[in-house]
This record gives sequence, structure tokens and C-alpha cells, in this order.
Amino acid sequence: MTLKEIKDLLEAEIICGDNCLEEEITFAGGSDLMSDVLAFSKPGILLLTGLSNVQSVKTANIIEAKAIVYVRGKKPDKEGIKIAKKKGIPILSTKYMMYKACGLLYSHGLPGVSNAQKL
Amino acid sequence: MTDENVLSQNFEIAGGDFSNAGNISTKIKEILQEIGINSSIIIRVAIAAYEAEMNVVMYAHKGVITLNITPQQLQLKLVDEGPGIKDIELAMKEGYSTATDEMREMGFGAGMGLPNIKKNADQFKISSTVGKGTVLKIIFFLN
Repeated sequence: MTLKEIKDLLEAEIICGDNCLEEEITFAGGSDLMSDVLAFSKPGILLLTGLSNVQSVKTANIIEAKAIVYVRGKKPDKEGIKIAKKKGIPILSTKYMMYKACGLLYSHGLPGVSNAQKL
Repeated sequence: MTDENVLSQNFEIAGGDFSNAGNISTKIKEILQEIGINSSIIIRVAIAAYEAEMNVVMYAHKGVITLNITPQQLQLKLVDEGPGIKDIELAMKEGYSTATDEMREMGFGAGMGLPNIKKNADQFKISSTVGKGTVLKIIFFLN
């Protein structure tokens, strides 16, 4: 699934990285808890989160997330956007809550991180 | 230090400085990318460094991470001045945490940090003195 398809499915706004919409996303994971993201993620993940502080962007960079989707209409602060741009991490923001956003992507064929192929 | 070292660098971490939390591990990751360490090792080092850095920010007064690379291995040594850990066995258990609400609001403090550092490392040693601080030695084999 491309980032563009994800954007359309979630009716999301692009916060940064609009030049990366053709990037292919192969799996995703959703959590507000960065401790869990750090423990269970795999490189290339699409991270869905409701935690919009700068730590979410720093965590995404550390785990090599392909992109971030903020749920519940959240958006990162200026510092977060600055880091995301520097590190080339596209950011989307959807009004949908976590459950619906994850459900929409999953039902359209985007698997969870535990089903991701070993890299 | 021995003649074998190809790189050795210290990074200071301020306890309680949540706004800069994560910057040192981000920097370490950049250094490893620049010198061409294998990407599957970089991500493990970056995760371990980030967890360790967050622990200092959340619990200690201050700390130093030393990155030490030889042709055979990469070591992260973290020495902090802080309250120390009374029961290391308990702290190593997944889900055990003494985090405050502020830490949890940052997305941390789920009791996964130390176990996750151990999981990502090839060797992991921890020692702690209550009232003084904690020392972590985290080793990754490069071959």
C-alpha cells in the first residue's frame, strides 16, 4: 500500500513529506506508548500514534519508521516537524481515532508488525 | 583505551531534561551511519542507547554515555549519578516500573527499558549502588 493510498483511506492531512507519497508501506503498528514501540517495532513500520510530542518523532527515527500517522487529529509541534523533515520521515494526521484508523488500514490489506516479513 | 580503538566518545546527559531527551542517541545513530556500521546493528544500538538515555533523563541527576568502538565490538557504557536501583532483578522484569505520570505522558515508563536494552544487546551488564547510581555495559559484536 502506498502512503498516498493510506492518506486517502484515512482522509489524512500531510504535515510533511509530500514528496514521499509513492513510498510503499508493507506493515504498520499502533501505540501511544513509545516503550512498546521501541520493544516491538521493526524497521520500515508505519507508526500510528496519538502521542504527538517530540518524543514520538525521535522514537520513529530511532526505530527507522517509514512514516508516522497521528490519530485523533493530533499534530506534532514545530520541533517534531523539524526533526521529521531533517530525517526524511513523512507525517500524516487523521481525524480518525486509533481503532478506526488501524481498522481501516488492516481491512484494506495492511498487516500488523507481527505479520511483517523478516527483514 | 587501547591502540585498537577506532572511536571513543563521551556524551553527557542531564537528568530531568525532557526537551532534549533522545538527542544523544540520535547523535550516536548518526555517527554509526557515518562510519558505516551494519544497519541491522545500528538499529539495535540506537534502541539500546535511546532506552538508556531515557532512563537517565527520567530517573538520574546526570549521566555519561561512552561509545567505544573497536574492530570487534561496539560498547555503550552508561554511568549515572542518581538514586540507583534497589532490586535489579525486579527492574529487569518486563512491566515493572517506578515511573511518574510525567514520564508516562512522554510515552515512557512502561517497565520495558532495561529488558529491551538486554534484548537488543549481545552482552549486557548492570550494577547499581543505592544512593549513588547505576552502571550499564552494553556490548554488540560487530562480526
